[in-house]
Amino acid sequence: MIPSLISGLPLFPERASTMASRVDALYFFLIGVSAFFAVLIATLIVVFAIRYRRREGYVQEPAPEGALALEVTWTAIPLGLVMVMFVWGASIFVAMQRPPDDALQAFVVGRRWMWKVQHVDGRREIDQIHVPVGRSVKLTMTSEDVIHSFFVPAFRVKQDAVPGRYTTLWFQATKPGTYHLFCAEYCGTQHSRMIGQVIALEPADYAAWLAGSSGAQSMAQAGGATFEQLGCASCHRDDSQARGPALAGLAGRPVQLQGGTVVVADDAYLRESILNPQAKIVAGYQPIMPTFQGLVSEEGLLQLIAYIKSLQAKVN
Amino acid sequence: MEAARPAVHYLNADYGVRSWLFTRDHKRIGLLYLASITAMFALGGMAALLVRLDLLTPAGDLVSDDTYNKLFTMHGIIMVFFFLVPSIPAVLGNFLVPLMIGARDLAFPTLNLLSWYIFNLGALVTLWAVLTGGVDTGWTFYVPFSTAASNTNVVAAALGIFISGFSSILTGLNFIVTIHRMRAPGMSWLKMPLFIWSIYATSFIFILGTPVIAITLALVGIERLFHIGIFDPALGGDPILFQHLFWFYSHPAVYIMILPSMGVVSEIIPCFSRNRIFGYSFIAVSSLAIAMLGFLVWGHHMFVSGQSVNAGLIFSFLSFAVAIPSAIKVFNWTATLYRGSIWLQAPMLYALGFIGLFTIGGLTGLFLASIGIDVHVTDTYFVVAHFHYIMVGGAVMGYLGGIHYWWPKISGKTYPEGWAKIAALIVFIGFNLTFFPQFVLGYLGMPRRYHVYPPEFQVLNVMSTAGASILGIGYLLPILYLVWSMRYGQAASENPWHATGLEWQTPSPPPTENFSETPIVVDGPYMYRELDAEEVKRVA
Amino acid sequence: MPETSTTAGAGTVARPGSPGARAHAVAHQFEDAEQQYEAANLGMWVFLVTEVLFFGGMFTVYVVYRSMFPAAFAAGSHELDFVLGTVNTAVLITSSLTMALAVHAARAGGRGAQVAWLAATMALGAVFLGIKLTEYAHKFAEHLVPGPSFRFAGPDAPQAELFFSLYFVLTGFHAVHMVIGLGLLGVLTTLAWRGRFGPSYFTPVEVSGLYWHFVDLIWIFLYPLLYLIDRHH
Repeated sequence: MIPSLISGLPLFPERASTMASRVDALYFFLIGVSAFFAVLIATLIVVFAIRYRRREGYVQEPAPEGALALEVTWTAIPLGLVMVMFVWGASIFVAMQRPPDDALQAFVVGRRWMWKVQHVDGRREIDQIHVPVGRSVKLTMTSEDVIHSFFVPAFRVKQDAVPGRYTTLWFQATKPGTYHLFCAEYCGTQHSRMIGQVIALEPADYAAWLAGSSGAQSMAQAGGATFEQLGCASCHRDDSQARGPALAGLAGRPVQLQGGTVVVADDAYLRESILNPQAKIVAGYQPIMPTFQGLVSEEGLLQLIAYIKSLQAKVN
Repeated sequence: MEAARPAVHYLNADYGVRSWLFTRDHKRIGLLYLASITAMFALGGMAALLVRLDLLTPAGDLVSDDTYNKLFTMHGIIMVFFFLVPSIPAVLGNFLVPLMIGARDLAFPTLNLLSWYIFNLGALVTLWAVLTGGVDTGWTFYVPFSTAASNTNVVAAALGIFISGFSSILTGLNFIVTIHRMRAPGMSWLKMPLFIWSIYATSFIFILGTPVIAITLALVGIERLFHIGIFDPALGGDPILFQHLFWFYSHPAVYIMILPSMGVVSEIIPCFSRNRIFGYSFIAVSSLAIAMLGFLVWGHHMFVSGQSVNAGLIFSFLSFAVAIPSAIKVFNWTATLYRGSIWLQAPMLYALGFIGLFTIGGLTGLFLASIGIDVHVTDTYFVVAHFHYIMVGGAVMGYLGGIHYWWPKISGKTYPEGWAKIAALIVFIGFNLTFFPQFVLGYLGMPRRYHVYPPEFQVLNVMSTAGASILGIGYLLPILYLVWSMRYGQAASENPWHATGLEWQTPSPPPTENFSETPIVVDGPYMYRELDAEEVKRVA
Repeated sequence: MPETSTTAGAGTVARPGSPGARAHAVAHQFEDAEQQYEAANLGMWVFLVTEVLFFGGMFTVYVVYRSMFPAAFAAGSHELDFVLGTVNTAVLITSSLTMALAVHAARAGGRGAQVAWLAATMALGAVFLGIKLTEYAHKFAEHLVPGPSFRFAGPDAPQAELFFSLYFVLTGFHAVHMVIGLGLLGVLTTLAWRGRFGPSYFTPVEVSGLYWHFVDLIWIFLYPLLYLIDRHH
């Protein structure tokens, strides 16, 4: 599938995700349009330079100084072409921003100079991630220090991992294999060594890999332990002594804040509520929650959020 | 025609180092800038050469990781802020703007000299940063890396760039006031040469954009120096806000770098085709459109940064829009060749090379504006190839074309045409060999700013480095033969190219006051047919 | 006594001893004094545009963070000295008045009036900076200077620290511009004392007036944004 000029000289990346062929199709359209115009201009220049070259006996014929029709034409046609490119590119991008609802979740924390991956079942990986072929995977990412970027060329996906917030990226692998994972945002000394691999396995092999786990605590379980350790339960409880909002069923639902605004309790909201509780006060509660900045790592935050999400089940 | 080199001109009107270091003459100041930026180009080029040498092998065994990171940072900082941004405006603009509009000097000659000193001060501070440990943040200074993680001379480098920004501002201010207030009688806006239009549009970007990079780098320096958090996420600061502020200048900056080159091409093509420029007003308006639209597209550097989806879509749309005026220019330049009398001297070779390479560079910009593709190619060598096609294949070629075109006027000597053609060819070949493979590398997935890389990328990297060596030779040649020509070149006549334009109505080199009498402008620009007809009649 | 010529032209000579008596020569690049005057004005306006963009960057950061952390910004604002800030605003506005009067005096020709109004503007500017320094000293003592020694009693201390970072950056750069303005005024006062300005030549006073008014205008934006957040109760 990889066309090579000389054996071993790669000229085009593998296609290993559902997005890859969409991206490549637009890419080839653009190459076609670019080649057309580049060859057109180059040919015109060469032809004119030869045909109208200054030489003995050559007399110039009259030339126009302008032609409105021409100007309009060569403005309108490129404008039309780029609008096609815009719409096409936009539709691919929007699809890239919308992970399917049934996507498998995994969590990525970048730090100088490694990728730390947590699966929901608690399994951790460093600089690599195992994913099943044929199922969507959604990564929630952040960074512990500076901006990094999670880049898998074979999947044609990339997204920055930014300290202080969550970003997401999703893909669906279409064929098994081991694919490059690169950090694509310069992050210092070992930026070019912050690389790894995405290992896509056929469903049967993936199941085998899952089964061979070491029985680690799931993220939700680990989060629960942290919840106890940090004393969250002393305020976030189900009885009349509760001084903080109830957490069961909270994740993903709208929350009314003091002052009337309503926000959705997504991952970013939950993270912010732990690190900067004063930013958004829930209506009917006092602003007394202390900050846990510095007391819990990025991975710990992801585990707490997994725990809070797991509380949903109890309400149902 | 026998050369009539004047006895007294701006180069010999006064002698001695002081007459140069305290000059107010815009022509001398242009040459002072030529010296400074050539030195900076050499330094930036050496950094590039070392980067490319290191990239010959995947294991990066020439220099350490840290040294490599410092090398590409310094290459970017020097080339962007201390070569490309000032190059044409400060050298050719300073020299030509008063001549082309029939003025005796710029509006503020003392500020002009001051701007050169400020430029050198900024360059010295930045060079001090290089020599005492270097900077490794990339020319983009992204936070939190530059504020919290880098342990190199970030503050000094930011200060050097901050200082040099004042040089840009004073230059732009001088041009705007001069063009508005000091055109010769009869030179209406639509009779101005297109080079002046391009300098005018560029000056708007100097004025509106430079202060923003100034405050942005100042905030980085302040955060780093005083340990106060402005972009620090731990305090609630937003690293992406830095990117917005940074690119708000740094995108328009690329139009600072290309518009003047386009202006040079607009002067060369009509002269060496003996035709009026096709679509004069469309080219003029396109320059303004590029300058204005250029301020609205900065977010296309941030498609995967975490900015909102809607912002991404808007920036993508506008980025396509800004491509259109450039396309209009390319078509108009090409149309100017139609039924021309084409004379392939070195300036014309550079101008035609510009059109070809700028077209490729501009078309690859469409790939980047296509937000779905940009996700894959951003932060890879595809972007590196794209901007080098525009900056080197475009801007530097335009700069060299302009230097050659106006060299007789500047020095009163002609350069050796044979060598100039050879150099142009070497530059063209070397350039394409260096940067075309990088498009392939980028789409394959090789990220930028990578010291080590997977072995399968090596062949393309070797090709690129080979091209870079050839390109280096191509750049060395003009430096050698232009300097040679200053001493040994043939004397040039007042108008060796039989060009239109007021700058050619005065001796080569011009006297200090440019014109003995203020010219009165009657005709529009680029009346080459009429000029040639008169010449034929005169000779007959 | 012959009138001083108000139609400025190269070589116009006013009555000996009157302000602007040594008529200012037109620089060689200009056609006439009028072109020179208009160029200077346009130049100063273009420069002020760059200043708008410079402060604009800071204001952008302020707007973004204030919209993200309104409570913290209000809390930080309440720590600022309302009285001193208001006094400073009055001082600066008055200094713009005296500056305008100085420009008027230069146009009209009274050397004594010029010097008086320029000196008054300088004095008011110095008072402003003195009050600002006092405020800074207070903030230092109260541990409200961002950095390792910052201490804020309140739940959103990190975001309050952001507010104070912006406070010091905004007022600090403003103060730098005031100092430059004072320098300009010092030069102008000296030249006015020597009778350099008059009806035939007052350009430096006028363009410096533009600069001074602009610096005042920046403060008029800074004052409510920094001192008056949620102060209506």
